[in-house]
Amino acid sequence: MSELVIAGRRFTSRLFLGTGKFPSPESMRSALAASGTEMVTVALRRADLTGRKDPFANILEFIDPSRYLLLPNTSGAMTAEEAVRLARLAHAAGLPKWVKLEIHPDPRYLLPDPIETLLAAEQLVREGFVVLPYINADPVLAKRLQEVGTAAVMPLGSPIGSHRGLQTRDQLQIIIEQAIVPVVIDAGIGAPSHAAEALELGADAVLVNTAIAVASDPDRMAAAFRQAVEAGRTAFELGLVPATRGASPTSPLTGFLDGPAA
Amino acid sequence: MSFVAAFTALPMDSLQERARTATRADVARARAASRLSLADFATLISPAAAGDLEALCRRSQAVTRQRFGRVIRLFAPLYVSNECINNCAYCGFSRDNPILRVTLNIPEVVREARALADQGFRNLLLVAGEHPKFVAAGYLTQCVAALHEFIPSLSLEVGPMETADYRPLVQAGAEGLVVYQETYDRTGYEEMHTAGPKRDFDWRLECPERAYAAGFRRLGIGALFGLGDWQREALAVAAHAEYLMKHCWKAQLTVSLPRLRPCAGEFQPRTPLGDRELVQLIAALRLFLPDVGLVLSTREPAGLRDGLFPLGITHASAGSHTEPGGYTGAGKDTVHHTVRGRIQELTEASGAKLPGAGRQTAATGQFEIADERSPEEIARLLRQLGYEPVWKDWDAALTA
Repeated sequence: MSELVIAGRRFTSRLFLGTGKFPSPESMRSALAASGTEMVTVALRRADLTGRKDPFANILEFIDPSRYLLLPNTSGAMTAEEAVRLARLAHAAGLPKWVKLEIHPDPRYLLPDPIETLLAAEQLVREGFVVLPYINADPVLAKRLQEVGTAAVMPLGSPIGSHRGLQTRDQLQIIIEQAIVPVVIDAGIGAPSHAAEALELGADAVLVNTAIAVASDPDRMAAAFRQAVEAGRTAFELGLVPATRGASPTSPLTGFLDGPAA
Repeated sequence: MSFVAAFTALPMDSLQERARTATRADVARARAASRLSLADFATLISPAAAGDLEALCRRSQAVTRQRFGRVIRLFAPLYVSNECINNCAYCGFSRDNPILRVTLNIPEVVREARALADQGFRNLLLVAGEHPKFVAAGYLTQCVAALHEFIPSLSLEVGPMETADYRPLVQAGAEGLVVYQETYDRTGYEEMHTAGPKRDFDWRLECPERAYAAGFRRLGIGALFGLGDWQREALAVAAHAEYLMKHCWKAQLTVSLPRLRPCAGEFQPRTPLGDRELVQLIAALRLFLPDVGLVLSTREPAGLRDGLFPLGITHASAGSHTEPGGYTGAGKDTVHHTVRGRIQELTEASGAKLPGAGRQTAATGQFEIADERSPEEIARLLRQLGYEPVWKDWDAALTA
């Protein structure tokens, strides 16, 4: 399996993890380890950004920065202005200058606002952030974001936490086909088979959270996703044999033409 | 069109009839639906659906975990004033109740909030009676501004206001507004609200929309169960929630299902909501509105709360006090009676200690809480139940 490179940083694992919804920070830490991930996203609104080591907001203490690239996310922001402010604050608090740009004004489906996302991406790239924007599976928006200099694009397969898989498959294929930066499928991946499908399709990585966090055994589910991602990527790199409708016999009717008697 | 018009147009009688007389076949249909209608919700709160309570709860739990995860957000109410100009038959703060009253000054509010922050809370609900003289919008803005620096998430539960009066509160950092309709039954509402601006049913009903227009990001609604027929109240609150989720689409909506508690005034619930019915209501509401936050307060006793947490609850209070100054004793030296809007010093005759040196009388609470466990105990319990107690879920930078 080849390495993934985002903004010059190398990743062996193509599985990124979110840190919400776990039954405890300990179970989150354990699942991160079991997943083999190297990139972990954290909602800044859950973290203490004051530097006071708040014991009641200590999620960051459960993520080893030497082991994982910590990708702060701007979940909670409803406008570009709020997202930019939050990213700056995170960087000032000593977090990496990477940001998963999430602007979803609708708390119900958490669908990203394309207009605010583009505005914020432009600003944050200008300020030197490595920006990974969470977007709907909109190929034109994906291209616009790449033009302003985002380090990846993160289109959704279906709404966050919905476990519905790659409902946006056709659009994802266009985004992948046209991409000049890595494409990370970010939401809706509810089963290892969805993750494998995304990688087979040519996505560079997937980000999974709910499916692991709320599983009855998050560690084993994390390991299952790890295997699925590796399987999907390997298959993509080998090249899948195209599917056909009919059967293809292993002893064709015209085989005699190639035989010694001909 | 506000919810007032939508509410007036609702076929409440036929929905209520459905909630009373739904059949097993109706229940099976509602349970099979991928997206529930209000009529399906009526079916799920019917006696016929009570037979499927365990299955409904299992589904409610699964839906809640998928949508919200294995976490429960903790908050505490901070009562800043128990002055009130309304008379509400069921409320201890009613103006004619001769209770001990106080409005905390800003340093006292800060002291209370610091005590709550020390216990872990990063999400507070500021509560006040409705009294323009003691609890003016400017006072509340000062409260919010003073707390926002160390309490990232601040909500308010205060008398309804105009949109323009809400805006400074939002600008100062408040992000949530909670207003219970109390009862959605117009006739009952009129009977129970005998004096004060709260008499205006529609003004209250439209309040969440005015708050949203002013920029609040979280809206909380609810009915006070015990005032009217519980199924009818549940149908109205569900319809209100559905409406707000469509029309105030950027706001995170929470619904509370408080049941009437003993308080000054000795009001007795008219139509109590039983424990089994409360459980059924929580599950039905979760299935009808998978994305709505469901709040559980310390009005409910410990044993019941322990059972309710895993069924669909997303937000819970802990260690609550319903009297201003309840967490630190703040304001004890200015406690008084209020008669016709005028402060009356305490006298021997009023049953309290004399004014002056050594007076240490607590203000009266709004109602008695039932779960008196500390926030730490509740957090420990949630962990035992397999939930992470979340204290901080908001950053001040978002609302700066």
